[in-house]
Amino acid sequence: MNELILLLGSSIDSGTPLLLAALGLIINERSGVINLGAEGLMLIAAIAGFATAVATKNDLMALLAGAAAAALFAALFGLLVIWLNANQYATGLALSLFGSGFSAFVGIGYTQESVAVAARHSVLSHHFLVYLAVLLTMALSWFLFRSKAGLVLRAVGESPESAQALGYRVRLIRLAAVVCGGALVGLAGAFVSVVSTPLWVEGMIAGKGWIALALTTFATWRPGRALLGAYLFGGVTMLQLHLQGRGVNLPVELLTALPYLATILVLVLISRNPRWIAANMPTSLGKPFYPGA
Amino acid sequence: MIKLEPRTEPSAWLSVASPLFALAVTVALGMSLFVLLGKDALSCLQMFFVEPLKNGRALAELSLKATPLLMIGLGLSLCFRSNVWNIGAEGQFILGSIFATWVALRATPESGPSLIVALLLAGALGGALWASITAALRDRFNASEILVSLMLVYVAEQLLAYLVNGPWKDPDGYNFPQTITFLSSARIPHLVEGSRANIGLPLALLSAVTCWLFMHKSYAGYRLDVAGQAPLAARYAGFSARKALWLPILVSGALAGLAGALEVAGPDGQLTTHVPLGYGFAAIIVAFVGRLDPVGVTLSSVLMSMFFIGGELAQTRLGLPKSITGIFQGLLLFSLLTCDTLVKSRLRFTFSGPGKAVAK
Amino acid sequence: MSRFLLRNTLSALSGALALLALPACSKKPTADATPSATPPAPSAEVKAAEPAEPASLKVAFAYVGPVGDAGWTFAHNKARKEAEAAFNGKVKTSFVENVPEAADAERVIRDMVEQGNTLIFGTTFGYMEPMLKVAGDNPKVHFEHATGYKTAANLRTYDSRTYEGAYLAGVVAGSMTKSKTLGVVGSIPIPEVIRNIDSFTLGAQSMNPDIKTKVVWVGKWFDPPKETEAAQALLDQGADVLMQNTDSSAVLQAAEKAGKFAFGWDSDMTKFGPHAHLASAVINWTPYYTKAIKDALEGSWSTSQTWWGVKDGAIDLVAISDKVPEATKAKIAELKNGLKDGSFTIWKGPIKDQSGKEVLKADQKAEDKMLLGINFYVKGVEGKLPSGK
Repeated sequence: MNELILLLGSSIDSGTPLLLAALGLIINERSGVINLGAEGLMLIAAIAGFATAVATKNDLMALLAGAAAAALFAALFGLLVIWLNANQYATGLALSLFGSGFSAFVGIGYTQESVAVAARHSVLSHHFLVYLAVLLTMALSWFLFRSKAGLVLRAVGESPESAQALGYRVRLIRLAAVVCGGALVGLAGAFVSVVSTPLWVEGMIAGKGWIALALTTFATWRPGRALLGAYLFGGVTMLQLHLQGRGVNLPVELLTALPYLATILVLVLISRNPRWIAANMPTSLGKPFYPGA
Repeated sequence: MIKLEPRTEPSAWLSVASPLFALAVTVALGMSLFVLLGKDALSCLQMFFVEPLKNGRALAELSLKATPLLMIGLGLSLCFRSNVWNIGAEGQFILGSIFATWVALRATPESGPSLIVALLLAGALGGALWASITAALRDRFNASEILVSLMLVYVAEQLLAYLVNGPWKDPDGYNFPQTITFLSSARIPHLVEGSRANIGLPLALLSAVTCWLFMHKSYAGYRLDVAGQAPLAARYAGFSARKALWLPILVSGALAGLAGALEVAGPDGQLTTHVPLGYGFAAIIVAFVGRLDPVGVTLSSVLMSMFFIGGELAQTRLGLPKSITGIFQGLLLFSLLTCDTLVKSRLRFTFSGPGKAVAK
Repeated sequence: MSRFLLRNTLSALSGALALLALPACSKKPTADATPSATPPAPSAEVKAAEPAEPASLKVAFAYVGPVGDAGWTFAHNKARKEAEAAFNGKVKTSFVENVPEAADAERVIRDMVEQGNTLIFGTTFGYMEPMLKVAGDNPKVHFEHATGYKTAANLRTYDSRTYEGAYLAGVVAGSMTKSKTLGVVGSIPIPEVIRNIDSFTLGAQSMNPDIKTKVVWVGKWFDPPKETEAAQALLDQGADVLMQNTDSSAVLQAAEKAGKFAFGWDSDMTKFGPHAHLASAVINWTPYYTKAIKDALEGSWSTSQTWWGVKDGAIDLVAISDKVPEATKAKIAELKNGLKDGSFTIWKGPIKDQSGKEVLKADQKAEDKMLLGINFYVKGVEGKLPSGK
C-alpha cells in the first residue's frame, strides 16, 4: 500500500513536465496555431535553465530563464507562421530539429556540472512547481471557459475571419498565445533539467515534447483532461519501472515500450470519433490566415 | 507599413533564388555565431567540400551515407507533398533491418544472389508493414499520423533491443546483444572490390528516377499532388482520399525499410542496436531542402552526406563539436521556409491613411 | 518542358546548390590536445639535457561519449592525458569523442590511420568489428580494443575488472542498508553489467546473506532523466542503498534528494551527493595506457587479452564516506590486499544462481571465460534479465 502511494507521488512528479507543456500547447492550439517544435523548445529551455542554475545557483531564476528562452524562440516561430504564413507543420519540425542541435551545442561543457539538490522549495516532498501546475490547470480552465479574453482566444481559433470582422487583432492575439504557450512549454523543459534531474545531457527531453503534443489531442484541448492524461502517462512510465523491479514476467523491452504504446492507444481512442474531435478541435488549427484577403 | 499579399501565382525567379537567399541567411547567422568563437573558416571549408570528394574511398563513403538519405528522402517527399506527415521513417528503417536480418540469418554459404533479392524485398516489406500501422490508424480512427508514426519509432527501438538481447542473440558472442556476423553470401555485394560502395547506390538512383516519373509523368502522381495541395478540389474531382493516404505512406515505408536492409546487410553486417543512425529524421531535412522533388532530393542527399562526413572530419581533425551539424540543418530549414513564403506572397509597402485601412 | 516542371526542377537544383556553398564551420577551442594537420614542431619547452625531438609515436583514441560525461569516457581521457605526460613529449595523443558504434566508426578509425597514428585505442565494445576490418587492412598499425573479445595479430583487447569495484561497493552497501534491499539501475544488459550487479550483491551478502537486490534497466549508458525515474522506482520499492552501472550521477542525486545512500561510478562523484555518497568505484586506465604506449615505443607490442583489476591498479573504491563504520573500512582494506596478493577471490563457490542452481561448487574459482560470458543473476537478485532466461 505504501508502495502504491509512493508510486502515485512519483507518477505525479513524472507527469508534471508533460502537464505544463500540454497546457502551453493548449493555449497555442486554441488560437489556431500548431507548434510541432515543442520538443525543440523544451530542449532549449532545459539548457538555458540548467546553465542559469549553474551560474546563479538559484533554481527560480533558472526556471524563469528557461521559460524566457523558449518564449523567445516561440516568438520567432510565431512571426514566421503568423506573419509570413509559413507552413506550420514544417516550421515546427524545423524548430524541433534546430532546438536539438542548438541545445546540444550550447550544452557542451555543461555535462560535468550539477546543481545542489537538497531541499529546494519542496513541500511535502514535491517541488512547488508540481502544485503550481495544478493551479495553472485550474486557472487556464477558468480563463478559457469563463473569461472574455479566453472567449476571444477561442474565437480566434475557431474562425479568425469572424474575429477579425469583429475588430480583434487576430495576428497579435495568436502571437500572444504562441509566446505564452511557449513560455509554459519552456517551463516544462527547465523543470526537467533543473528539478527532476539536475544534470544536462544532449537530448534529455527524450520525446516529452512529442508526448505533450499527443496529450493535447487526448485532452481534446481542455486543461482538466490534460492533467488527467499527463498523470496517467507519468503513471505508466513509473509503473513499468516498478514492474521491472518486481521481476514481472514480461520482457523488459515490452515494459519500456509501454508508455509509447499507451500513447498510441489513447490517440486512437480519442480520435476515432471524428465528430467528437471536430466538435472540440479549434477549426482553424494549422491553417494559415490572411487578413485582408 | 509592410503587408504580405498572396500572389496570383508563385513567383518563378524567386522559387529558384529563394534557396540561395536561405543559404545566405544561414551562413550569415552561422558565421556570426562562430565569430564569437573565432576560428579558421578555410580549413573547415576544406573538411566539408574537398575531403569527402577527395578520392575513390571518400566517394564510396559518401555513397554509403547518401543512399539511405536519398531513399528515405524520396519517400518522404511523396508523403509531404500529399500532406501526409510521416515522421516515423526511422521506425520503418528499423523494421526493414529486422526483416532483412530474418532472411540473412537463414543464409548458407551456398546461398546465391536470390538470397540478397529476398533480403531486400523483406526489408521493403518490413518497412511498409510498419508504416501501414500508421496509415491504418489514421484511416480508421483519424489518429494523427505524426504522433502515431513517431511513437512507433520508440516501439521499434524496443523491438530491436528485444530481438538482439533474446531470440536472435549470437550464441558465441559472449552474450553481447548482437546477432551473428552475417555470412558473406548474405552481405550486400560491393560495386567495386575493396571499396565499401555497394549496389545500394544504383538502387537508390533507380528509385529516384522512378519517383520522378511517377510524380511528373503519371496520372496517379498528379492526383496525389492535387490531393495534397487542394484536398477539396481533389474530392470534388473524385480522387480517392484514401489512396492519397495509403500510397505515400506505404511507399515511404518500403523505401525506408529497403534502406534499413541495405544498412544492416551492408556496412554493418550484423543486427545490433546501433544499426539505426537517425537517417529517418535526417531525411526529413533532405526532403525539404530538395524541395520535395526527386532531382532536388538526389542532390540534397549527396550534399547532406558531405555535410555529415565533413562534420565528422572537422570533429576528428579540427575539434569541431558535432552539434554544429544539427544547428545548421535547423537554421537552413528555417531560412528556407522563410524565404519560401516570398515565393507565394509579395511584400507590399503601403502608406495607410484615413479610409485606407479597411480590408477588402 | 512545362513551366511548372522547369520551375520545380530549377528550384530543386538551386536548393541543392545552396547546400553546396554552405560553409558550416568553426572550431571550438578545446583545451585538450587535438591533432594538427602537420607533425608537431619540436617541443618549445626548454628541458635540461633532453634535445628537442619530434614525437616518435602518434596515438589516437576513439571515445563513444563526450569527455565531459564524468564517467566512462572521462576516465579514459584522464588516463590518456596522464599517460602522455609520463612520456615527456615522445608521444603525441589525440582523441575523437562521440564516435558512434558500428558502421560510422570504421570511417573514423580509418581516418585516424590515415592521419599517421600507429597506435589506436577504441574504448567501447561496439568498435570491435570496425577495428577488425581496419586492422586487417593495416598490418603495421597497432589496435587496442576495450571490452571486446576478438583479437588479431595487430589487435588486442583490454578491460578492467569493474566487478571488483562493484563487489567492494557491495560490502559497503551491505553494512549500511537498513531495509536489506539494495537497488541497481542497469544500463545495457551486457555480461559486464550483469557481472557487476551480481558482484555487488555478493559483496553485500558477505555482510548479510539475507540482502536482496532489485534491478531496473534503462537501456542506455547515459540518460539522466530515465536514471532518475528508475532510481525513484527503486526507492519507492524499499531500496535504501542504490548503485548504478550508468555513466551519470543522476542516481546518486536521486538518493540524495530522498535522504538515502548511493555510490559514485567510474569517477569520484562525492560532490554530486555529499550526504548520500558512500564511496565511488573508479576505473584507472593510466597503468594500462602507459604500458601499451611503452610496448609500442619499445617495439615489444604483441597481441593479448588483458583484464586488470585492483591488483594492477586499474580498479579502486575511493572516497569512502565517514558514515561508513571503521570495521567496514578495515574490511575493505583487507579485501583490497587480498585481491592484490591473490589470497582473496570474489567469484569462489559455493554460488547459486537465481533459480537455486549451483553455478560454482564450494571452493571452486570461476574462470575468466565463465565470467566474461555471464548471463545469470545470482540468488538474491530480484527481477528478470532482459529477454532472459
